Amino acid sequence: MSDLIRKTAVELSELMASGEASAVEITQAHLDRIGAVDGAVHAFLHVDTEGALAQAAAVDQKRAAGEKLGPLAGVPLALKDVLTQDGVPTTAGSKMLEGWKPPYDATVVQRLKAAGVVILGKTNMDEFAMGSSTENSAYGTTHNPWDLNRIPGGSGGGSSAALAAYEAPLAIGTDTGGSIRQPGAFTGTVGVKPTYGGTSRYGLIALASSLDTPGPCARTTLDAALLHEVIAGHDPMDSTSINQPVPAVVDAARRADVAGLRIGVVKELGGEGYQPGVEARFHEAVELLTKLGAEVVEVSCPHFEYALPAYYLILPSEASSNLAKFDAMRYGLRVGDDGENSAEKVMNLTREAGFGAEVKRRIMLGTHALSSGYYDAYYGQAQKVRTLIARDFTKAYEQVDVLVSPATPTTAFAIGDRVNDPIAMYKNDLCTIPSNLAGNAAASFPCGLADEDGLPVGFHVMAPVMRDDLLYQVGGALEAALAEQWGGVLMSKAPELEVSR
Amino acid sequence: MTAEVFAIEDALAQYDPVLGLEVHVELNTKSKMFCGCPTEFGAPPNTQTCPVCLGLPGALPVVNARAVESAIKIGLALNCEIAEWCRFARKNYFYPDMPKNFQTSQYDEPIAFNGWTEVVVDGETYRIEIERAHMEEDTGKSTHVGGATGRIHGASHSLVDYNRAGIPLIEIVTKTIEVAPDKAAAVARAYVSMLRDLLLALDVSDVRMDQGSLRCDANVSLKPRGSKVLGTRTETKNVNSFRSVERAVTYEITRQAAVLASGGKVLQETRHWHEDTGVTTSGREKSDADDYRYFPEPDLVPVAPSREWVEELRATLPEAPSTRRVRLQEEWGFTDLEMRDVINGNALEPIVKTVELGVSPAAAKKWWLGELARAANESGKDLADLGVGPVDVSNVQQRVDKGELNDKLARQVFDGLLKGEGSIDEIIESRGLALVSDDSALIEAIDRAIAANPDVVEKVNSGKPAAAGALIGAVMKDLRGQGDAAKVRELLNAKLGI
Repeated sequence: MSDLIRKTAVELSELMASGEASAVEITQAHLDRIGAVDGAVHAFLHVDTEGALAQAAAVDQKRAAGEKLGPLAGVPLALKDVLTQDGVPTTAGSKMLEGWKPPYDATVVQRLKAAGVVILGKTNMDEFAMGSSTENSAYGTTHNPWDLNRIPGGSGGGSSAALAAYEAPLAIGTDTGGSIRQPGAFTGTVGVKPTYGGTSRYGLIALASSLDTPGPCARTTLDAALLHEVIAGHDPMDSTSINQPVPAVVDAARRADVAGLRIGVVKELGGEGYQPGVEARFHEAVELLTKLGAEVVEVSCPHFEYALPAYYLILPSEASSNLAKFDAMRYGLRVGDDGENSAEKVMNLTREAGFGAEVKRRIMLGTHALSSGYYDAYYGQAQKVRTLIARDFTKAYEQVDVLVSPATPTTAFAIGDRVNDPIAMYKNDLCTIPSNLAGNAAASFPCGLADEDGLPVGFHVMAPVMRDDLLYQVGGALEAALAEQWGGVLMSKAPELEVSR
Repeated sequence: MTAEVFAIEDALAQYDPVLGLEVHVELNTKSKMFCGCPTEFGAPPNTQTCPVCLGLPGALPVVNARAVESAIKIGLALNCEIAEWCRFARKNYFYPDMPKNFQTSQYDEPIAFNGWTEVVVDGETYRIEIERAHMEEDTGKSTHVGGATGRIHGASHSLVDYNRAGIPLIEIVTKTIEVAPDKAAAVARAYVSMLRDLLLALDVSDVRMDQGSLRCDANVSLKPRGSKVLGTRTETKNVNSFRSVERAVTYEITRQAAVLASGGKVLQETRHWHEDTGVTTSGREKSDADDYRYFPEPDLVPVAPSREWVEELRATLPEAPSTRRVRLQEEWGFTDLEMRDVINGNALEPIVKTVELGVSPAAAKKWWLGELARAANESGKDLADLGVGPVDVSNVQQRVDKGELNDKLARQVFDGLLKGEGSIDEIIESRGLALVSDDSALIEAIDRAIAANPDVVEKVNSGKPAAAGALIGAVMKDLRGQGDAAKVRELLNAKLGI
């Protein structure tokens, strides 16, 4: 039974279709795995054993009744705790929402349920998705299954670690500055940030509204594409949702062909500050793509160097406003309500106690950046940089079909290494942030292990708005070529986790 | 020791008032500004809410297209330019009745701007410049319990009803209004009254001031006569009737004049209007440093109404109020003076509706400017809020036309209606107001009058028929005014042979 956890979503689907395994068996196998390894990994904040088994049983019943089911029906999934699920605790990694059970499903969750995907539980994350390591979670750090002393990346470290620990074949993340792609890179898994507006934000507890994008995480490109297809598409509940057909991502992942594709290597994303092992794997992957028939050129995006400072003005500004709703009045934590304190005092005490240090830091930064007298110099200026970065992309896409870079400057770092150095922590997202600012599609695919530490390296692909299919075309081709070299996907090189009972 | 307030005449002798009016209008859309919740007034607390208007984590707003349409109509009716492209903005501040702790509003990109309108006061037309009309959402409603005044100070706890949170609002802001000092308060009143008529005509709001669907904030400052420098302004919040607008502005003028004349400084603050005592009291100190950290609402896309749509909406606008006034005056055959009385008495709309029900313009004017205006004045209410409406006036007048009531009895019926004594029939019954037109009853009364006034009969018989008037008076007195006067005269004349 335990080999069920090693299967891809596609394989699981086939097993169910052929009657070799039921959704309940598959779900139970993953719940068992969570029970066995999550003490060490801590990918999950909440495991919904009953709910998951009930969903799985429902799928089995439908299958028995001969109902037509989607390709992911009965496949288990780990859901980042930033998306609401009706009646299931949702915390966004914060004490502020401890015990809160949302009364509604996020659109992404509705679509997962409609597709018969079994939601195992909610995964750990940096508090309100602010961080690159899960160390900012109010509920403890998630450990990287490749090396338990290292962080799994963040903010969606829980989702990616769940994949790498074989606790789930599929996961949902959200990407504001790299929170899907960076954990994907650090755990040797696939992480896709769809085009902004390609997936609905309804029910996503907002960090920065103009940047947040839910997306699929998986161990293979095709699995990610199948999940992408389930969750993407126009949603009238999200005004920023794009009303266009979902790009043909599954076809692209299956085609996995880069012959004639023009690939631009971003000059500014490499060199100083990049770990040699990361650069080595990246360039090998570029060469591999060249051999597969891609045309590779170097492309300059001169404004990318301003992406990080612009991002750290826009994000905190929006976050400071988005997080104002956490005031103890209607839900979540309430501190100091002794019948004497005023509402204002209770708000202050609650926000003081409920928010962690990084959240407070960003609320203060954002409040300052939006203040009258500073707005133009900070928020206003950052928006101009954002426009310039979008223009860099537009110009680049006139020359090439996709852009590529390492997903991160380094591999996964040790737990505790950067907690006291926010700037070093922020620099993790150098390569991923420009795509969020411009709203285009981007993904990280595993491309090997760095020589110096034996840890996974992510290959970053960026594609124009609503050309998410190109990501899968490149990712699929790279994955197939590398699998041929390695004799399997990168994850098969991961160390065995000690199973506890 | 200086007086706390000046007499208004003294204040206006030294200072010129400068006004600015901000009117919030709740639209009558079926659903809220950013979600599908119903907007019905008076539902049990917190029953018309959803994740969006409760500001639950993860929920997102979607703009109500009908609200945008109403905003454009209002803008057009106020002769505004309509933005080709505008955005919502977040106005950030903490308050328990504001679910997200920011209000989704519009900041430097309003949907409508640079307009004007006109009001008439004492026959004079005043032009009022409109700075902007923008869209926003209402907050929830706080009820402070345990305090003496219903205000937050001294309250033991507060209750919040989020039914109102997210109701679409249009905020209409005037530019500074500087008119003849002694007309300022009346112009303010006339402006709000005009807005109400306009909004009703556009059918974009119920404009129930008693339900808070039209709320006025009055900014008042004074400058010494002849000075060009604006004084410090106060903002009196939520002045919720036409009459209160006039009273609150007048009060602020007198208060600020006293402060300034004694060498004091007017504080920039919000003030509360007290309907009962007719004064304003200090609210929250407000300075230009109040920082709402406005920024474009990232959860919404820009609103870009096409020019075709704007023109379509323009074509649906009802007649402009000034044009309409001229037309109605002509149709009704009123003199300029009569029309002025109608306008100043806020009786235009009630008369229009009453006439629509078949009552003659003269009769409608008689009731609305007579009995009902007097009652409104005495109770300090607006005509529209009196509780007696056009349908009542029409029903009473029909009975007068049929001879069931005369004007005197009709006045008593209105008195009964105003006092809530029941339906017209009930009042006629309980007060015994039915007109006596029964011949035998009238003849009996006439006989009594003749018997009691032999001297008058004598005069008539001696060739002075005009003296019979005294007999009619006696008959009517006998019938407690309930005799049909025309019939009495007819019967009496027959009896006396004249």
